[in-house]
Amino acid sequence: MAASTFETPKLLNDTATLPIPPIKPGAMQGVQSFIAGDKIQEQLGYPGELLPNWKERAIERMGELLQKYRGLQVFLDACVHCGACTDKCHYYLGTADPNNMPVARQELLRKVYRRYFTFAGKYFPKLVGAIDLTEEVLDQWYSYFYQCSECRRCSVYCPYGIDTAEITMAAREIMDSVGRGQKYSNEILGKLHRIGNNLGLPGPALEDTLAGLEEDILADTGVPVRLPIDQKGAEVLLVTPSADFFSEPHVESLIGYAKVFHAAGISWTLSSTASEAGNFGLFIGSYENMRKAALRIREAALELGVKRVVVGECGHAWRVAYSFWNTLTGVGAGAEDPFGKMLQQQLDHRYKQPSHICEVTWDLIQKGAIKLDKSANDHRIVTFHDSCNVARASRMGDIPGGQFIIPREIIKACCNHFYDMAPETIYEGTYCCGGGGGLLTDDLMEVRVKGALPRMQALKQVVDEKKVNFMATICAICKAQFTKVLPYYGFPMSMVGGVHQLVSTAIQLGTNE
Amino acid sequence: MTTTTVFFAALFYVATAILVLGLARKIYQYASTPAPLKIPTTPAPTTKTGVVLRMAREVILFESLFKSNKWIWLFGWLFHVGLAVVLFRHLRYFQYPVWDIVSLELVQAAGKYASFAMVAGLIGLWARRFLVDRVRYITTLSDHLILLLLIGIGITGMSMTFVSHTDIVGLKAFMLGLMRFEINPLPEDPLLMAHLALVATLMIVFPISKLLHAPGVFFSPTRNQVDDPREHRHLAPWAAELEK
Repeated sequence: MAASTFETPKLLNDTATLPIPPIKPGAMQGVQSFIAGDKIQEQLGYPGELLPNWKERAIERMGELLQKYRGLQVFLDACVHCGACTDKCHYYLGTADPNNMPVARQELLRKVYRRYFTFAGKYFPKLVGAIDLTEEVLDQWYSYFYQCSECRRCSVYCPYGIDTAEITMAAREIMDSVGRGQKYSNEILGKLHRIGNNLGLPGPALEDTLAGLEEDILADTGVPVRLPIDQKGAEVLLVTPSADFFSEPHVESLIGYAKVFHAAGISWTLSSTASEAGNFGLFIGSYENMRKAALRIREAALELGVKRVVVGECGHAWRVAYSFWNTLTGVGAGAEDPFGKMLQQQLDHRYKQPSHICEVTWDLIQKGAIKLDKSANDHRIVTFHDSCNVARASRMGDIPGGQFIIPREIIKACCNHFYDMAPETIYEGTYCCGGGGGLLTDDLMEVRVKGALPRMQALKQVVDEKKVNFMATICAICKAQFTKVLPYYGFPMSMVGGVHQLVSTAIQLGTNE
Repeated sequence: MTTTTVFFAALFYVATAILVLGLARKIYQYASTPAPLKIPTTPAPTTKTGVVLRMAREVILFESLFKSNKWIWLFGWLFHVGLAVVLFRHLRYFQYPVWDIVSLELVQAAGKYASFAMVAGLIGLWARRFLVDRVRYITTLSDHLILLLLIGIGITGMSMTFVSHTDIVGLKAFMLGLMRFEINPLPEDPLLMAHLALVATLMIVFPISKLLHAPGVFFSPTRNQVDDPREHRHLAPWAAELEK
């Protein structure tokens, strides 16, 4: 992989936040992820290489997106360059590259928008900072739109709610449309379309893995907890990130979900054709690809005849499931059209569709349907990292902010020692892990390590002051990113884990029989 | 009738037409472009009433900006509120008879002194464009010019209020005339002419500049959407086509 010759930023003592760095223009200009080859591009319906008429096509695609997405149109017009967002991006705080300030990142696209779509930009380009689309601009787009994790932190602080994630997604879609795609995201999305999950695990491999996990749980607990797959007539279809099947610490949470269903006596199943909750169609801003990936889940739900669809611990997957599934596939309620009704008549609307696994578990805890022994987690001093897509793009439960409350309540029900990080670094102001939005690739390690800086600083404070030794999170990307990045900052990689890993440790099996 | 009067009459008709038609065109564009996905920045209100309140806090109090940066909030809010109060006082030049509320001593006095807040806010915002390296980096020439334009409007207006009074009766006759398509003579006071020319310029650039943030904020899907995607199927017309 690309040689990493960067320096890990230094953490400070006795503070949760670092000073805002002075700008260093061009600091991250050359840092780019690998470009997708023709096979990868074509699987997603994009040109295999940069089109000869790419400029015309890019402008044309921008025009199409402007007519399809009100958000893009408003966001490109409304910015007044007030500067409110300039210190809000973790990539700016970690790299000091001014193009990682949300407004400057947006300007990379906005300058071209102005030139081709606005009166002022057409006739007075210098005055308003409008520029022609050139190779150099495309190169900057490719650098900086893949140094954004689409975490939406900037959108919280913008007086007009301008969401850089929407701009980044549009820019990526424009680049894909002219044949300039990112290898990492597009390859994974291709695997999902072809095989059914991001890891490219075929059904038989998945069955073997699940059988192995059942044996492990039996050996550990003496209880035959099952991990069923393709069980028609099960009540719950669980859709979880495929990392849960193989990666550490993800698999510990999968075991946790299985124990919860077992202890509560709920019949459930995984699906070999919809064995992925993640949906990288979101990251590249492709409605069509996102919809195609989500349709696998609709088909599995219809095929298996389940009454409930539940989503495992994955941040962007929960955003897609919570916010978009009803739109894309009809997993939800309130449809008046035949397509949506077909599935919605099958689902049990006493439960929210879809539900997050944390909503399921919290509901069972409140009902007393599962029993937890907090002291089993006494060796852990826990904090909670709010994952960006859960925090700022979704909800749990019935009230705004339920996505902050429910995971914390579960943790408190499972552990005696819980401490939050500094208030400005959690909840809606949470810092992204640094690896989301299609950046979780080794070729972007410098971006990932530096982007994790604000979270690492806040973590250091609770490690120093509260002796925290476990950072729980509910996102597969956060888990993978932190596992890799924690050691750069001198923390053990085993510090990160899932909320259901804590549940798994504390849950009392067999008590409800 | 002097050339100056004809020029300013023409200028105001043109500027008003550009402002109204330009804004109408943009508002139509925003309103008619679909928002295919639910993208409110959460936590978000779960009811329409909640969204109205969120939007009200946003446009009246600048809630998000307050969370973000207290200096920008202070200067930005001073400027906007100052401008609103000043504009309200200005209604008297366009009304006959003048609304009771506008002719209140308090409203007229507030409208005079709010101009100080307005200009102070603008100077604060402008200073940031030089003093903060991050803001300097993102500032374009047009950002400076718009601030200059607004400060110019403020200073010329304040000069007529506090330094050298203009023929306000003549001005009102001119304005009321324009509104009735009659051209009455404009008092030829250089301060007044500068003030009106700058205001007309602002009206002309409004629909083709970043001043579109004013209508734009109401159409921002991250702020104006209800957080209820699980309860209601939200489908844009072009997205519904994909299901056929």
